[in-house]
Amino acid sequence: MIARLISSLLLVLLLATPLRAEMLRMAVTTSFANSGLADILLPEIARDTGIELQLLIVGTGQALRLGAAGDVDAVLVHSREAEEAFIAQGHATHRREIMYNDFIIVGPRHDPAHVAGAGSAAEAFARIARAGAPFVSRGDDSGTHRAELSIWSRAGVTPSGAWYRATGQGMGAALNTASGMGAYILTDRASWLNFSNRADLVLLVQGDPALFNQYAFLPVNPARHPHVRAQEAALVEAWLTGPRARELIDGYRLHGQQLFHFNATPMVTK
Amino acid sequence: MNDIVSGLTQAVRLIATLDANLVEISLRSLQVTLSATVIASALGLPLGAWLAVSRFRLRRVVIATLNALMGLPPVVVGLIVYVMLSRSGPLGVLGLLFTPTAMIIAQVIIITPIIASIAHQAIRELWADYHDLLISLHTTRAQRVATLLWDSRRALLTASLAGFGRAIGEVGAIMIVGGNIDHATRVLTTAIALETAKGDFAMALALGFVLIGLALAINLALHVLSGTERGSRW
Repeated sequence: MIARLISSLLLVLLLATPLRAEMLRMAVTTSFANSGLADILLPEIARDTGIELQLLIVGTGQALRLGAAGDVDAVLVHSREAEEAFIAQGHATHRREIMYNDFIIVGPRHDPAHVAGAGSAAEAFARIARAGAPFVSRGDDSGTHRAELSIWSRAGVTPSGAWYRATGQGMGAALNTASGMGAYILTDRASWLNFSNRADLVLLVQGDPALFNQYAFLPVNPARHPHVRAQEAALVEAWLTGPRARELIDGYRLHGQQLFHFNATPMVTK
Repeated sequence: MNDIVSGLTQAVRLIATLDANLVEISLRSLQVTLSATVIASALGLPLGAWLAVSRFRLRRVVIATLNALMGLPPVVVGLIVYVMLSRSGPLGVLGLLFTPTAMIIAQVIIITPIIASIAHQAIRELWADYHDLLISLHTTRAQRVATLLWDSRRALLTASLAGFGRAIGEVGAIMIVGGNIDHATRVLTTAIALETAKGDFAMALALGFVLIGLALAINLALHVLSGTERGSRW
């Protein structure tokens, strides 16, 4: 009885392995996937190019590591310095800017550090540090974490102490932590609009040019990793910088707000 | 509390409408975990029996190690499998990273010690009863292992189910080696982690209830099929 059970089970499992079509494995940042934009773009890319995109949703630091190891065919990330270092090390042939959105500072409604009136992101961070109000950091080497660190350095503050809490987690988990502790946090707008567990958190600072957040596409260098699907990567790059992508990215709204702004140039910048 | 209630209603709604995504990730959860359980049982059950009937110098060390490995941290297993299967790792040419096969490999490593340890416990007791009989019949060691495995099959079902239970609820290892890719390697536990990250606790809980229900259904089904705990028998 048991033997028959096990053999029939094995048969089912062996038959259940599906065949797949052309695909491209891409590491993307949490904000791209959690914003819901990926759900809009993926089926369209599959229809227009016949390529099934498989997304690995990770922070920028990990995405670049996956690319460097050759475990993905392309990355879509948002940290210019890290991307340029990635190209300089020969892991990618070029970077292609696709779109941008912005970071915002959110915090508790009663705003103990009075950041709502701060003129700039750096000034807001300086006030948080002075007040010693709890601040949640991603602390995971992601694009958002790097942006946060650059704002701290602009504010002339080296964040440390009990008020500065590095979670080492993704954007969603960090937002959960901030809403649980009533802490300040830097987040991209897309993740914020898509986040349902806000509790007492509200948007406090936005619009500073320092909060600009550019996303770029980097195909992994086929000279370094011969197995990467360079042809498919080129097709997806062409699609992401084309008119259909412009229409869908600029047209994507969440709670009535535009999340991403398409700014790719059609010509290839090698 | 509100989240739990809305999680329950959402779970009922997802199941009642046979939500396509839910069906897909549930089937993948089953495919990965059942494969891992079958493979780990094929390795672990004979190993447990062999340890019960063999006497060698390091036997106690091997058994103690096996017991300790029951608590193997999934994250570490995931990381090691990841490093091995990465394109830059020793087994990179196989291209297995971020596939269900990689997830099965990780789970086999996690649950084989559990299945082997429980099997060893059960078979050791039976071996005490059978020892004189099997020796006097001049059986070979393979025959003894086969006899003990067959006669303790109900206890071994428990061993396999313990392994299944550990694997179906496991998230640390399969998140790392599978990557939680939609329509490729997303399973119930990694989907729960994702919904939690989005702050959608109701959906995360709904998937959690489905997962618990699924584990319960599989256990019940196996017990019914193998005829354990029948009313007419003590």
